Amino acid sequence: MSSILSVKNLTTRFNTFDGTVYAVNGVDFELQPGETLAVVGESGSGKSVSVLSLLGLLPAESAEVKGTAHFQTKDTQTDLLAISKEKLNKIRGKHISIVFQDALRSLNPVLTVGEQISESLMTHMGYNKRQAYTRAVELLENVGISYPEKRFYSYPHQFSGGMRQRAMIAIAIACEPEILVADEPTTALDVTIQTQIVELTRRLQREMGMTVIWITHDLGVVAGIADRVIVMYAGMPIELAKVDDLYENAQHPYTEGLLGAIPELGETGQNRLISIGGAPPDLFEAPKHCQFAWRCPYVFERCWKEIPPNYQVEEGHYTKCFYDMSAQQARDEE
Amino acid sequence: MEENTSNEKATGLIVDEQADRSIAAKLVYVARLLWRDKAGLIGLVMFLLVVFAAAFSPWITPHNPMQQDIQASKQAPAWAEGGSTEYLLGTDSLGRDVLSRIIYGSRVSITVGFLGVMMAFTLGMMIGLISGYKGGRTDNIIMTLVNMVLSLPYLVFVVFVAAILGNSLLNVILIFGLTDIPIFVRVTRGEVLRLREEGFIEAAQSIGQKTPRIIFKHIMPNLLGPLITLATFEMSAMIFYEAGLGFLGLSVPPSIPSWGNMLAMGRQYLTVYPWMSVYPGLAIVFTGFGMNLFGDWLRDAMDPRMRQKKK
Amino acid sequence: MLRYLLSRVMYSLALLVGVLFIVFILLHLTGDPVSLMVSRQASPEEIDSLRQELGFNRPILVQFADFVKGAVQGDFGNSFRYRVPALELVLKRIPATVELATAALIMAILMGVTMGILGGSNPNTIFDSIARGLGLLGQTIPTFWLGLIMILVFALNLGWFPTYGRETFQLFGLHLPDKSIILPAFTLSLFTTGQLTRFTRSAVMEVMNEDYVTTARSKGLHKMRIYLKYILKNAAIPLVSIIGVQFSYLLSGSIYVETIFAWPGLGNLLAEAVGTRDFFLVQATAFFTSFVVIGLHLLTDFVYVLVDPRIRYK
Repeated sequence: MSSILSVKNLTTRFNTFDGTVYAVNGVDFELQPGETLAVVGESGSGKSVSVLSLLGLLPAESAEVKGTAHFQTKDTQTDLLAISKEKLNKIRGKHISIVFQDALRSLNPVLTVGEQISESLMTHMGYNKRQAYTRAVELLENVGISYPEKRFYSYPHQFSGGMRQRAMIAIAIACEPEILVADEPTTALDVTIQTQIVELTRRLQREMGMTVIWITHDLGVVAGIADRVIVMYAGMPIELAKVDDLYENAQHPYTEGLLGAIPELGETGQNRLISIGGAPPDLFEAPKHCQFAWRCPYVFERCWKEIPPNYQVEEGHYTKCFYDMSAQQARDEE
Repeated sequence: MEENTSNEKATGLIVDEQADRSIAAKLVYVARLLWRDKAGLIGLVMFLLVVFAAAFSPWITPHNPMQQDIQASKQAPAWAEGGSTEYLLGTDSLGRDVLSRIIYGSRVSITVGFLGVMMAFTLGMMIGLISGYKGGRTDNIIMTLVNMVLSLPYLVFVVFVAAILGNSLLNVILIFGLTDIPIFVRVTRGEVLRLREEGFIEAAQSIGQKTPRIIFKHIMPNLLGPLITLATFEMSAMIFYEAGLGFLGLSVPPSIPSWGNMLAMGRQYLTVYPWMSVYPGLAIVFTGFGMNLFGDWLRDAMDPRMRQKKK
Repeated sequence: MLRYLLSRVMYSLALLVGVLFIVFILLHLTGDPVSLMVSRQASPEEIDSLRQELGFNRPILVQFADFVKGAVQGDFGNSFRYRVPALELVLKRIPATVELATAALIMAILMGVTMGILGGSNPNTIFDSIARGLGLLGQTIPTFWLGLIMILVFALNLGWFPTYGRETFQLFGLHLPDKSIILPAFTLSLFTTGQLTRFTRSAVMEVMNEDYVTTARSKGLHKMRIYLKYILKNAAIPLVSIIGVQFSYLLSGSIYVETIFAWPGLGNLLAEAVGTRDFFLVQATAFFTSFVVIGLHLLTDFVYVLVDPRIRYK
């Protein structure tokens, strides 16, 4: 099965007055059609920037994006990073859509919610106003917004947080995209609404056969929704695995740390949450060695000398670490 | 084990990349910014030139600005017909040297601008701090008053008061110093509220710090940037308003050289002896230009987003 | 929405009362208003009798009550110089000032907002530089000096416009100003043009950095649509408020412009009244200028409601 999106060696740099920021340093992945891929990492790990880079949504004056990103639709294959702005515009919103985190700031305050759905329909699907209205109302209903015919004319500030997020989803799926990217859509919501949004996304994915990239820092959400997981740190993917493999057999010390930090319901309050000491590097230099070395409990000499390449742990499970977690010792290579 | 220089940063909190630099490094940073946006540098130089002229007037003027010489009156500037190099920019109707009067005029402008802004700055900041920090009813009352005053036509009332109080330097300073308080109140309060929203105040209070310490250690440093920028623009505005009042005959007494007075006098001779009005006006433009360029640079330098531009 | 509008109306009325108070108290600032109004040669008896005639010997609260009562009925006393009710003189002058301010505002909006949009949406290009330059120009050229220069160049040297005065032509029985309004209106407009350019430019730049613009791009919408419905439509909201604020400056600036160009408006009247120490007239003019400004602000509030849906709906 060939991948629907094949990203190779994606790097993104920002040129600022204070220096160059190396935000993304070599991301590769193959997105399989119909799967849900979670991209996990803390703030500043480059998870959002990677996806924004793919879709050309970074400020042109300061961002430099390199690499290839082959997007496969039916019979055509396009490199998202090599095509013109016009062509990219035809893909954005139609074949690949994003749902953003903060729906209040991500929605236009002076347009009605309905209008923000209709405009996608009219731009990409050639609907006229009336057709777009009908379809938009259907979509609002599908995402669980009551009285959709009236709500069409509401403004974003008149919705509650959960409803706004649903509206954002409705906007994103309006043109039935092949790939839906969710950039921390539940982070700003409370737990009960979170679950609803996750369920909604899963249902829509099934109904529409979409492939989903879910960006989050919340490992709890990942367990509920992902097929595969990429863990990002300091702009690099440091572990890639199927979701079960990741939870049961985490290979990278950072992943291990993340998993140890999840509070579990039902745990008595005696155990302290294990947090990872220190903070991520500030990305003003191109990485020359493993970027986790400062905080790694298993660090040794080699970690400071080179960037670890991808090691295969098992089928479909890779990690960039010189330490062999299963064998509890440094990798010894042939 | 190989250590990397960014090690220290990795183990600390990355709050502000400038925070751990020394004073010297900060100054170098500011100088770099100033050099990159040379406009700001030019503005600063222009402003300093005017301050220099005001400070050293007696030593740099070719003539006594009050000295009248009817013989030489209404003389054109040096390069025009009838002019001489003795009176470079010509003379006014009483035979006084225009250039010397312009140089001396800077004294009035700088004095009014500086003292006026100092007054408005100090009083405005104090009231703004009270308003923003206390909040509640006090804040509501103060802000309603501030907004009301700010919505009125400024010059109309300044003219009214100036007419009542009469011509004197002190009056002018007082008028501007007091009437400019509202804008400083508003900006100060805005900053205090912003800090409150970002949790600084609550955090400090929660670890038991007392109010004066909170204000001095946490609030004031953050106020300085926006207030100094504001002060630059307000000082420029005051210089303009003083000249405007002078133009209407309401500023310092006509014998004291001030740019506004010169314009007022020169106006009647505009058709025949335009230099009496044109050059004093240029001095005002020069000062305002310099201060605005510098103020713009200052404002951009304070804005973290501006630093994201490509090198 | 109605509650908002009602509160704005109440606010404006309160402000008017405040102005009335200020205008009253300023006259008494030195403690003896009569001394302001008499010539230096007046004898103490003359001063005393004048004081009694004008009622300045009564307790201050009584004076204020009378003042307010009179103001409400339109009586602001008589002009010393012209010997007619101050109100009469003021009302006659209002149209000319409103004409001038409106013309200046239109010029400022056309030039300022346009340049601001062009500059803000094309950062670091020639448009941006022109916009910034225009902003700077408006801020650094004093209105009173500009007026003189305008006359010098365009009226005296080039002869395109009259040097002063308001000339009119007849249209449907109305006396409308002819090209004699151009120089004074332009002079008056420059400061506002600068402000509007700066403000529009920064509003556009700020809006362009908002999250919803990123969303719009991620939806693959046409550039023009993003520009009009996302950027400009949102930048227009604060712009309306700023335009409202400009009325204050325009009415203030008219003092200089009307004086220089001998334009028969309120500003000219104020300068004149101050010059002749005709303080009842000064009071009346100050009050009415404020009245016009407050009224225009209220108008802006109404427009604001139309433009921002967040105010319109709760």
